[in-house]
Amino acid sequence: MEYSEIIRKRKREDFIFNVIGIFCTLVGIVTLGALIVDLVMDGFQKLNWQFFTSYPSRFADKAGILSAWVGTLLVMLVTAVTAVPLGVAAGVYLEEYARRNWLTSLIEINIANLAGVPSIVYGLMALGLLVYQLQLGQSILTGGITLAFLILPIVIVSTREALRTIPQGIREAALALGSTNWQVVRHHLLPYATGGILTGVIIALSRAIGETAPLVTIGALTFIAFLPPSPIQSEPPYISFDWIWSPFSVLPIQMFNWVSRPDRDFAVNAAGAGLALITATLSLNAAAIFIRYRMRKKITW
Amino acid sequence: MDSFSERETLATEKIKAEVRRLNFYYGSKQALKNINLRFAENKVTAIIGPSGCGKSTLLRCLNRIHDLYPDIRYEGEIILYPSLINIISPKVDPLEMRMRVGMVFQKPTVFPKSIFENVAFGLRLQGEKSKSVIEGKVEKALKMAFLWEEVKDRLHRSAYDLSGGQQQRLCIARVLATRPEILLFDEPTSALDPTATAKIEELIVSLKEKITVIIVTHNMQQAARISDYTAFMYLGELIEFDRTAKIFQNPSEKLTEDYITGNFG
Repeated sequence: MEYSEIIRKRKREDFIFNVIGIFCTLVGIVTLGALIVDLVMDGFQKLNWQFFTSYPSRFADKAGILSAWVGTLLVMLVTAVTAVPLGVAAGVYLEEYARRNWLTSLIEINIANLAGVPSIVYGLMALGLLVYQLQLGQSILTGGITLAFLILPIVIVSTREALRTIPQGIREAALALGSTNWQVVRHHLLPYATGGILTGVIIALSRAIGETAPLVTIGALTFIAFLPPSPIQSEPPYISFDWIWSPFSVLPIQMFNWVSRPDRDFAVNAAGAGLALITATLSLNAAAIFIRYRMRKKITW
Repeated sequence: MDSFSERETLATEKIKAEVRRLNFYYGSKQALKNINLRFAENKVTAIIGPSGCGKSTLLRCLNRIHDLYPDIRYEGEIILYPSLINIISPKVDPLEMRMRVGMVFQKPTVFPKSIFENVAFGLRLQGEKSKSVIEGKVEKALKMAFLWEEVKDRLHRSAYDLSGGQQQRLCIARVLATRPEILLFDEPTSALDPTATAKIEELIVSLKEKITVIIVTHNMQQAARISDYTAFMYLGELIEFDRTAKIFQNPSEKLTEDYITGNFG
């Protein structure tokens, strides 16, 4: 009889925490859900062909995100092309080549810290180094490299983590057959770590795609009504890299520009651009999850 | 240990490798103490002893796999016959030693590639480019490892589809393909069931026609079943070396007897 009293009391505590837990979880989920629903309700009407193929304009109903999404795409391209080789090579070096000593520990701590540096600080550094010192201009190239610096720590750390999941026995087995370190990296570690590295790279890119502050700092435009020169030309040599020197805008900056206007109609445009951006981010994350899932199925240690 | 009796034991054998006054250190910790030991060509030599006695450490000196890790130091010499090369000399390239002295590990270390690619990898490292030569050597190695019949129809399937015992035989085939002079086994059956173990043991015995085998094992019955010579190690020292039959029936040292009869270790 006494027991049943105590048990009831304890079960009540259990139940109360259960309710609190559900409430706390809902706060996060409902807020996010409300944001997305609000964005969709405002912006969905904007998601048409005209919106994606028009330049920004003084008139809200004519304005579109053509120059912004092309800018985002090209900046991301430069970012990926810069950050992936640098980050993967640095990760491989630190994990597979560098001897463990105080210097490598110092480098490791610094890389971890770099991941936490506010993005605007990267913008300031890029302004001083890339724009003023190296004279790269307020260009797609500058924007891409700036974001590459920003995500480099994430790429390095995820490369190292992907390498760390490979059992030491695989390295020993390959080396015992007479491989050099590079042959182990090239024929074994990189192929087996590709899934993990790719996942990290995509997560990093999905962070970079939403960055605004560093790009504003280096002087990305808030209003641009022309596209960079096309990378594909009709005359030989058919490929042109002139676009990397072009001024640019990106989706989040375009959004910011529209939100800050007094005209209510532009807020709808901003919601449309936001929807496009959030779709891009979520697709990137979905791709990362898919790759990770596929790789886990293929290779299990 | 009495070195005179060792000379006598191996008097009729051709020697493949000779360990002389070998000391080995991990940092400041000495793991091997003045080891003197010779390995007979085309014979199976087993190294036994309790955990931490240095048997794996000794084995791993023979292909310089220790060199992968920092803060290790060798003293003495390990002479490989007939080329009279000192395996542990700093002047000798560890890569060359690893190509000439193969190793099979405790856990099967198959690469997550196809069965064929697993065996072909070592050949490619040796610079072999011809597809038909590689195919021929892969087949020969798989036959030598008693694996060909089981895998010939699925060479291009993932090596992960194989059972543990098959994976270990694949690892043996992979090493055999590169035609090493000595084959080292580091407790090759400790992760396998008795049936798979029996098959590997049969394989090891068949291999000695072509190659010198050195096997570290903590399974004394296994040493007794497959080896011609046995070395017993304890706390980094070589306590006794003799014909396997002698070691297991009538050891000279009290320590060896205690270990073999299960009084410690």
